[in-house]
Amino acid sequence: MDPIKIEGTPKTPTVNFDAESGILEVKGRSIPENAIEFYKPLVDWIGNYGDSAKSNTVVNIQLEYFNTSSSKCILDVFKKLESVNGKTNITINWHYEEDDEDMLEAGEDYQAIINIPFKMIEMEEM
Amino acid sequence: MPYICSNLLEILLESKIISDFVGQFTDAKLLMNFHGEVNEERIGSILGEVEQKLENTEEDFKKQRKVYNILVEGLQNLYHHTDAMSNGNDTESRTAAFVLGRKESEYSILTANFIETENIAPLRAKLDKINSLDKDGLREYYKEVLDNGQYSVHGGGGLGMIDIARKSGNKLEYNFSDVNDHFGLYILKIKV
Repeated sequence: MDPIKIEGTPKTPTVNFDAESGILEVKGRSIPENAIEFYKPLVDWIGNYGDSAKSNTVVNIQLEYFNTSSSKCILDVFKKLESVNGKTNITINWHYEEDDEDMLEAGEDYQAIINIPFKMIEMEEM
Repeated sequence: MPYICSNLLEILLESKIISDFVGQFTDAKLLMNFHGEVNEERIGSILGEVEQKLENTEEDFKKQRKVYNILVEGLQNLYHHTDAMSNGNDTESRTAAFVLGRKESEYSILTANFIETENIAPLRAKLDKINSLDKDGLREYYKEVLDNGQYSVHGGGGLGMIDIARKSGNKLEYNFSDVNDHFGLYILKIKV
């Protein structure tokens, strides 16, 4: 299936979803006014990916910051991943910058809701 | 679209709460003082300008980011929750105020916008609930709303104020006043 490659902008993150390698990455800032529009294609892609997924899938989330308009959409991405987990073994790597407690807590909040293993990865600089 | 009155800007400029708030900062510490019509483009340019100023004035990078994040949320909230109204010229207008000032290491943010009277009671109830919760309580409330499956048009679904309260670590100070039978002025103050 076709990969998703989206260049980041000051308001939206860089996205690389690659079914060939089984690596799904979201990086940067996510502060669009209307996040549903941005995230819906990503959620749809994951739905299709389930049928042809690699045995292992690594999801790298490396967000500097996201607004609450993105919060629920990011949860939708994770829920979709949850629904295909089993067809492929998913690991979510949640990156946050050193001492950024807000982003660490945000990751932990998703971890509490989503039944997929999360790895919290502290980075010196994002 | 309901007609409110043509002097929205004057109402903002005459508000004692807003002028007292602005007055507590010296010019050098008043980082932003905006009154006028808001749209997506305007919000974007205000945020860009403020980000630049924060980079120049705040050495603490974490603080800089926290203040900026709260501003993004505050301004997007301000825009989405300002009820559109006619200004008498058959054009839609959303008029609002936004002020950012600094005293030593504490930043204060004020947002002011007009909302329909029927929206005041639920908003007040929500703000009171947020203010009644401690850090852990806010976190639980955030998770509950995050996972409630409800979406607003722009996707946030009621998380904005909870997020602001969580990040700021302080109680939200608010005020509602009547403009006429249909509209009120909503003023919110946030300390970071």
